[in-house]
Amino acid sequence: MSQPEGKGRGALEVKFVPDEEVVKHIADDAGIKVRKDKTQLTVSVKRFVKKLENISDDEAQEILEEKNYVAALGICAQDPTGNGSSVSGGEVYSFQTPKRSSKMAELASELAQTPGQSVAPDHSECPEKTAETPQTSSKYMFLLLMLVFSLLLQSRKKEFVSTTPYRLRRRIAAPDPYLESESEYSASCSEEEDEEDQKEISTVLSGRKTPAKTKAASTPSPRNALVKKIKEDKMSNLVEEYFEAHSSSKVLTSDRTLQKLRKRRLNQQTLHDLLRKAPLAYAAEIKELNQQHESLFSKWMLQLHLGFNIVLYGLGSKRDLLEKFRTSVLQSSVHLVVNGYFPSITVRSILNSITEEVLEHIGTFRSPLDQLEFIIKRFKEDSSLELYVLIHNLDSQMLRGERSQQILAQLSSLPSIYIIASIDHINAPLMWDQAKLSLYNWLWYETTTFSPYVEETSYENSLLVQQSGSLALSSLMHVLRSLTLNARGIFRLLAQYQLDNKDNPSYPGLSFQDFYQQCREAFLVNSDLTLRAQLTEFRDHKLIRTKRGADGVEYLLIPVDESTLTDFLEKEDEDV
Amino acid sequence: GCFVFKPSPKKRRVSYRTVRDFGEGKDDSEDTELRFVTCQSLWNQIKSETEQIQEDLNKQLFDNLVNFLRRSHSEFQEKTTEWTCRMKYREIPTAALVLGVNVTDHNLTFRSLSEVLQNNVTPYVALLEAKDCPGIKNLMQKLMGQLMNCCIDVDSLEDEDYVQVSQNRIRCSMTSLINWYDNVTKKTDCETPRKKRTSSPRHWQSPPVVVIFKDMESFTTKVLQDFIVISSQHIRELPLVLIFGIATSPMIIHSLLPHSVSSLLCIELFQSLSCKEHLSTIIDKLILTAQFPFKLGEKVLQVLINIFLYHDFSVQNFIKGFQLCIVEHFYSQPLSVLCCQLVDAKKRVNSLSHDQCENIRRLPSFRRYVESQISEKQIALLTADSFLKETIQKLLEDLYVYHENYLLVLRCLHVFTSSLPKYPLGKQIRELHCACLENRVWETEEYESSLQLARMLNKSDLVTMLQQCVEIFVSSSGKEFDETVEKLKEFLTQFQKLEAEAFQERDVSVSSQKELQKKTDLYHLQKTLLELKESRRSKKLTKFEMLRFEVVDYIDSLVRNYLVPADHKTLHEIIYFNTASVLREHLNAAPRIALHTALNNPYSYLKNQALKSDGGSISNKAPDICIAYKLHLECGRLINLVDWLEAFSTVVMAADKPNADEASSDQVDDIIHARFIRAVSELELLGFIKPSKQKTDHVARLTWGGC
Repeated sequence: MSQPEGKGRGALEVKFVPDEEVVKHIADDAGIKVRKDKTQLTVSVKRFVKKLENISDDEAQEILEEKNYVAALGICAQDPTGNGSSVSGGEVYSFQTPKRSSKMAELASELAQTPGQSVAPDHSECPEKTAETPQTSSKYMFLLLMLVFSLLLQSRKKEFVSTTPYRLRRRIAAPDPYLESESEYSASCSEEEDEEDQKEISTVLSGRKTPAKTKAASTPSPRNALVKKIKEDKMSNLVEEYFEAHSSSKVLTSDRTLQKLRKRRLNQQTLHDLLRKAPLAYAAEIKELNQQHESLFSKWMLQLHLGFNIVLYGLGSKRDLLEKFRTSVLQSSVHLVVNGYFPSITVRSILNSITEEVLEHIGTFRSPLDQLEFIIKRFKEDSSLELYVLIHNLDSQMLRGERSQQILAQLSSLPSIYIIASIDHINAPLMWDQAKLSLYNWLWYETTTFSPYVEETSYENSLLVQQSGSLALSSLMHVLRSLTLNARGIFRLLAQYQLDNKDNPSYPGLSFQDFYQQCREAFLVNSDLTLRAQLTEFRDHKLIRTKRGADGVEYLLIPVDESTLTDFLEKEDEDV
Repeated sequence: GCFVFKPSPKKRRVSYRTVRDFGEGKDDSEDTELRFVTCQSLWNQIKSETEQIQEDLNKQLFDNLVNFLRRSHSEFQEKTTEWTCRMKYREIPTAALVLGVNVTDHNLTFRSLSEVLQNNVTPYVALLEAKDCPGIKNLMQKLMGQLMNCCIDVDSLEDEDYVQVSQNRIRCSMTSLINWYDNVTKKTDCETPRKKRTSSPRHWQSPPVVVIFKDMESFTTKVLQDFIVISSQHIRELPLVLIFGIATSPMIIHSLLPHSVSSLLCIELFQSLSCKEHLSTIIDKLILTAQFPFKLGEKVLQVLINIFLYHDFSVQNFIKGFQLCIVEHFYSQPLSVLCCQLVDAKKRVNSLSHDQCENIRRLPSFRRYVESQISEKQIALLTADSFLKETIQKLLEDLYVYHENYLLVLRCLHVFTSSLPKYPLGKQIRELHCACLENRVWETEEYESSLQLARMLNKSDLVTMLQQCVEIFVSSSGKEFDETVEKLKEFLTQFQKLEAEAFQERDVSVSSQKELQKKTDLYHLQKTLLELKESRRSKKLTKFEMLRFEVVDYIDSLVRNYLVPADHKTLHEIIYFNTASVLREHLNAAPRIALHTALNNPYSYLKNQALKSDGGSISNKAPDICIAYKLHLECGRLINLVDWLEAFSTVVMAADKPNADEASSDQVDDIIHARFIRAVSELELLGFIKPSKQKTDHVARLTWGGC
């Protein structure tokens, strides 16, 4: 070890030359201040390098050293997350680097360990977390280590550089009791380990270096100035951090999949049943909330009549509330209920139901704009016409488009159409520009209900991977039934082959030539051309996907997950 | 997805129902109808007033525009040399109308503009918006549709074939447009002698075709260019005039259009009044006036002005906010029935019910008033309704008098403060108004410093200000300020006298100067200089300065007398609307903050002790979505669903520990799984995560940093 250290010493002189660069590179936004503190920085680096000499192979020793060093720099207690307390929302969380993938489990265990009690989510603020401190500080240590190493010891062997983070990472991962094995936390295949680690280092470095270094640089300055400065840094760094975190495609998360859980996937029905069994938490309080909102009904009516439209926001489903509003107040008037969360709703269908059912107009329109004009004309002509429109989820996928919103806004600007709508998405207000807002003439009402979004999330495409895939399966069956026996055989072959290769993560698909060969052997096709024609048909129905491999060969894939494919084959077997 | 519900067609009592809504949910529903009617009439009054203001403000602009159109048009008619020379260059007369960034207000302006044009210049006005014209074809279609329709509107006696011909069957081209124009003008030409004597004189023989581009910036450059180039080819046959509505700066024309195109336009610039001036006028006419009984409190006014200044610059929105204030006030304050003209209010006081009297007794400002009275009177006020009513009448009258005086003195003070350097009390009268409403203005530092500055004004400024003040006071009808006017006039005469005296003083100074010149001795010179300095310091005040002090003190006394904040006045609750929070909540809501609070601190909504927690943390008994949310915050860009599920079930199981026994653990597991699925899909609905294809069983986080 003495040899590389000596090298390190030798490189020490070399290092002072690019120091300008280092400072500029690392803390460019700290500006002149850092430049002034440059001398102190170099001193500390020198000290650090001295300490480096003492590093033995003993890890415990190393941790101690790191702690000492970090303490000497005076930053060990300063987690960047602790400084944002004045920023709204910032006190609760700040951005976590991908490195902290085990945090969730930690937090979960904390929450679990202290039942009924509150737990601070921020690790740096929790006094009982002695075990955490070395971890966080070691991260800084690691950072600085890497920084210096990469600048100082470029001539050293790669192994040294790459093993350090690995060791650290192992230590970080160690306290997590919920991990089955460490290897699950690898980003990808093990033969790429070194390269991976390098990348991680750079990610982490780029993610964290700025705040860490500025802190180190500004240590000698008075405390309040320091805090202020860090705050400023935080503000400006937020932008940089964002882009740095999103620039690399590599994200470190565990590789575990739901497939490996022995739990079966739930389909919509069982999910529904199970949820019905689970008692609704805080029913009494939720009821109380709802009653508060219900007392506003008459006010809403008044304001609707005075030319305002009403939009409801806040956590929890507002469907029941609006439904109650409808049944209690609107019974004696013409009203239209629009379920925005319905996946196939369009503005057209809304306009159609107005023209056909409310205005009782028979006939079609060339474009929604014509239809809108017609509606506007009719409502202006006949002042006795009144229409209440209740829109659940005005911000749903189908209605959030610019054109739909424009049409709805123009509808709402009619004095005899009263709109009361609900929005849920956090970015929903971005749908509206000033022009639309002035057309809508909203009055905002906060109606936090905490009721579960049962209806809103019940449609197949709104759920995540836990989906049964029944829709995909049924459509698959449907399409295939209409094909010839041979065509079905061709598809079966492909599906079978794909299932056989399901354990191969780098399975590119079945190459066309091989596929042709197999099809011929099974007497399914007699020429290259027939197969191609068949494949085109599959492709048109989105049953298969083709992509070209690196060698220019065409590979065929069925873009359906394995379980669905298995189900499909089983069903096919039944049929045959 | 859409369902229409129709009631049986029997109950249709629209207007009556509105009144019912107004009173519903209130215990004292007796005065609601009256209140509603008062509210409506007040609002209508204010609405018409604002429209009037708008019209007045635009008048100048429209006059200019009409003149411009007439000019470009007359040239076409008379075929003067100038026109022909312009024809040679194929220039289209164009008016660039700079309207400012408050795009939402423009609609109103354009609507009245096209009305004015149709009445005064030409029946052929087309309003085009960028969103209707993605291509040149749509533009032509829209343009022709509007022109042909409007022609039908004007001469409705026209035979039916224009109505029959739908805009689409005509081929949309410039030639068909020209044919149409020729037809129309010919027809009106031959018609004119027969009939139409009444309407025709307004328009010229061959009126120009005006095309208004409402939002010039948002048009596609290509469309605009094509249209200009094409129509410049036909300017000979079709007297076209363009009007560009511009929100930013006139430079945009040149940056949007290349030189070859913009050289086809003969642009004249028109500037509309800035929205800030518009607002000032509105505030002046709506708020700083005794005409309307309803008043805005300081906070409310501040909120409205802030929304205007920091969010949209939209006067329409300001008026909308004002409307909301009126509605809220009349809805929530039962005593607002008295918020009407003084004469009516006095009548209404007499017919107040006992409950309403009790309401008055409960008003904090009235309680303060009662406490300040002697004990017999106190008892009478609290027990005898009739005596109470008498007192209320008196107090209301006081309040009205206070308003009138307040406004006059406010304007007077504004005359002084608006010319001080750095404007310690604000440049606009609205700022001064807010400061005066907030608390006693004479106790503030800003007032102190502005008085000090006022004591340093020069004479000419002071005199003009005094004259302005006199004008303000004279313009008022009340007798209250006769004395003040007298006093101010006296000041003015004194100033004039001073001027005369100033000559003499100058003589004195000249003589002393002469003395200085006589003494050549250095010692003596020093001595005299010292003496001069001494005398200046001891004498301190010239007559002018004394007078100036007097004036400022007098103004100060006026301020102290009349500019008492409104909430120090008894019964101010009746006419002042002060709940700014309501306004902010409904007009300037922050949906994301509400979500954030609900997710991070459910206790603020669900008042359950189990959820109570101290800052920044969350109990493990929180609703599922809160827990899932909290856990997902710990992750980076991608979240592994398995890990998330495990973490979630750890937390939830710990919370449910007491009633979870081993036997049913499998089922419990399933339920937790289901709850997790629900929480995740809810988070997806809220837009915090989305499914990711980057890695199997992962979701991507969509939020960054603070919520």
